[in-house]
Amino acid sequence: MNLATWVTIAASAVGAATPLMFAALGELVTERAGVLNLGVEGMMLVGAMSGFAVGVSSGSLWLAFVAAAMAGILIALVFGVLTLSLQTNQVATGLALTLFGVGLSAFAGRSFVGLPIRPLPALHIPLLTELPLVGPLLFHYDPLVYLSLLLCALIAWVLKRTRAGLRLRAVGESPAMAHALGEPVTRIRYLAVLFGGAMSGIAGAYLSTALTPMWTEGMSAGRGWIALALVVFGTWKPWRVLAGAYLFGTVTVLQLYAQGLGVHVPSEFLSMLPYVATIVVLVVICRDPKTILLNQPASLGRSFHSGY
Amino acid sequence: MPLFDYIPWPLRLERRQKPSAAMRIWSSPLAALAMLATGLLVFGALGKDPVAAFRVFFIEPVSSVYGIGELLLKATPLMLCALGLALCYRANVWNIGAEGQLTLGAITGGGVGLFYGAALGHWVQPAILAAGVLGGMAWAAIPAFLRSRFRTSEIFVSLMLVYIAQLLLSYLVHGPWRDPAGQNFPQSQPLPDNALLAPLLDGTRVNVGFIIALLLAGLSWWFGTATAAGFRMRVGGLAPAAAAYAGISERRNIWLALMISGGTAGLAGICEVAGPIGMLQPVVSPGYGFAAIIVAFVGRLHPLGVVLASLLMSALYLGGESAQMELQLPASVSGLFQGALLFYLLAAELFIGFRLRRVRRAPAAPPASA
Repeated sequence: MNLATWVTIAASAVGAATPLMFAALGELVTERAGVLNLGVEGMMLVGAMSGFAVGVSSGSLWLAFVAAAMAGILIALVFGVLTLSLQTNQVATGLALTLFGVGLSAFAGRSFVGLPIRPLPALHIPLLTELPLVGPLLFHYDPLVYLSLLLCALIAWVLKRTRAGLRLRAVGESPAMAHALGEPVTRIRYLAVLFGGAMSGIAGAYLSTALTPMWTEGMSAGRGWIALALVVFGTWKPWRVLAGAYLFGTVTVLQLYAQGLGVHVPSEFLSMLPYVATIVVLVVICRDPKTILLNQPASLGRSFHSGY
Repeated sequence: MPLFDYIPWPLRLERRQKPSAAMRIWSSPLAALAMLATGLLVFGALGKDPVAAFRVFFIEPVSSVYGIGELLLKATPLMLCALGLALCYRANVWNIGAEGQLTLGAITGGGVGLFYGAALGHWVQPAILAAGVLGGMAWAAIPAFLRSRFRTSEIFVSLMLVYIAQLLLSYLVHGPWRDPAGQNFPQSQPLPDNALLAPLLDGTRVNVGFIIALLLAGLSWWFGTATAAGFRMRVGGLAPAAAAYAGISERRNIWLALMISGGTAGLAGICEVAGPIGMLQPVVSPGYGFAAIIVAFVGRLHPLGVVLASLLMSALYLGGESAQMELQLPASVSGLFQGALLFYLLAAELFIGFRLRRVRRAPAAPPASA
């Protein structure tokens, strides 16, 4: 095991963490507005399928990501209309969204299974990328990796330091109070849900055009659920979600390199690692009831309507 | 309540004086009709004759004794899983991992059949069914323990355990339990003949699992309406605070809900393995555990509703297969219909508590605080 291998592992961990970051950051914003959208897995699959389809047909990966974000927004809109306008149960509707997304992406993407796509290329920054060790470790990723970091910083700043963030948080903590102060609760929640949809769509497209450049049914393999768990793990704070995503990226990748590291365990048990890790971190976080109580948006998962 | 704050909309929602009894019954059939209409539109959009497609999808699969047997056969695991899930959801316990509990039931029940089938003689069938139930319960005990002890969301835990159970099964049939004479296929030996559940009727494949499912539906009805434990679970789901005040143990409700639903899902798993499949293979269910979530809701969390909804969902599976063979439509079209059905249902349920009223004068887009 030499240094170069470790650098490769670290670099692939970053790749594996990126879709989790996008999906989890999107869901974080949705949940901070008080809406629990359990449909991340479905939105990711729809994004992965539409991104791949547009990428293959148009040859432009930028169009692919725009299409994936649009698809994510559209399907999140269904969730928004049901939960925000029609007041359906958020848990049940989120589950429906996931089941629907799985079916829709499998159905609409059937003619794209097995097609090749040219994956998203890594940036090449003159001089910086060519540096030994530091180059491949820091300056040799595709643009979406840097975008996800930027997005994390941006969301952290908006939530904490801006008026818009304060309004979003107010709606999530106490919609009745925010409503009384004249905030358009439902509109803000719509925007948060649609943002979450766009991010999940991008996360999906990252899977199908960058991480594993292909489309297969159900290819997200539970990553949407892991992203949801990451929001809890990160106690609804962007930087902690980022840390969690990189932790999970590392777990996912280590499993692939475990054979090379001399670990002789059947591959199925290694593949279980991310799922087991999700359960373990959730238990650790939830053990102290105060952690959740103090950080979870107070109205999370509850419908709000303005009287009548 | 305005439907949409910022779109001038000629209709608005008005809360009913009391929930509509009629809508309570009709919301599910309405949703099924809406799904049907969507289906016809999708068929039309795909360039198939909607009427012919409808016949292939819904009529042909059940126009023979064998077909009806298949309908009941596929309804069995759906009904078993959904009966347990309905109980869970009534108690506000969100078990979404029935697929994993089903898989574990297949593993434990199948394992007992494979390794002790000969030794058990006449007792083999009750033994494997019991082993399946226990396997599903054991898997559901994990979220039950973590939720009641550490307040860990059972949603995530039960779902993660689906992937873990499927990987465990995959390991077993690729590794230690692989049939040495199976030409390297990842599958176990066939279960011994005495362990296989015989068809109820010649010329069909439906087995005793369906009868058990119907009995359990009756039992679940009785449990929900006539027992104190069932009552406590419903109160715990409807009004957790009131339940706590009345001294109803949340911990007990969580355990009870998850043990029952884990057990029924495990039973569904072993009924598949000892029934139509006859051995262990990497995939023992085409997502019955997830489809059962939809069945539970479409059945309005009521045992009788679940029985009917599982037949409807089973018809969707059969229709998907038939459409794949005769119309070259992808089988995934049934997944699409299943998801759409649940959306329609959730929307239709709104009209139990609300009704639509025409607004005489279209309101100018009001400030959203209106």
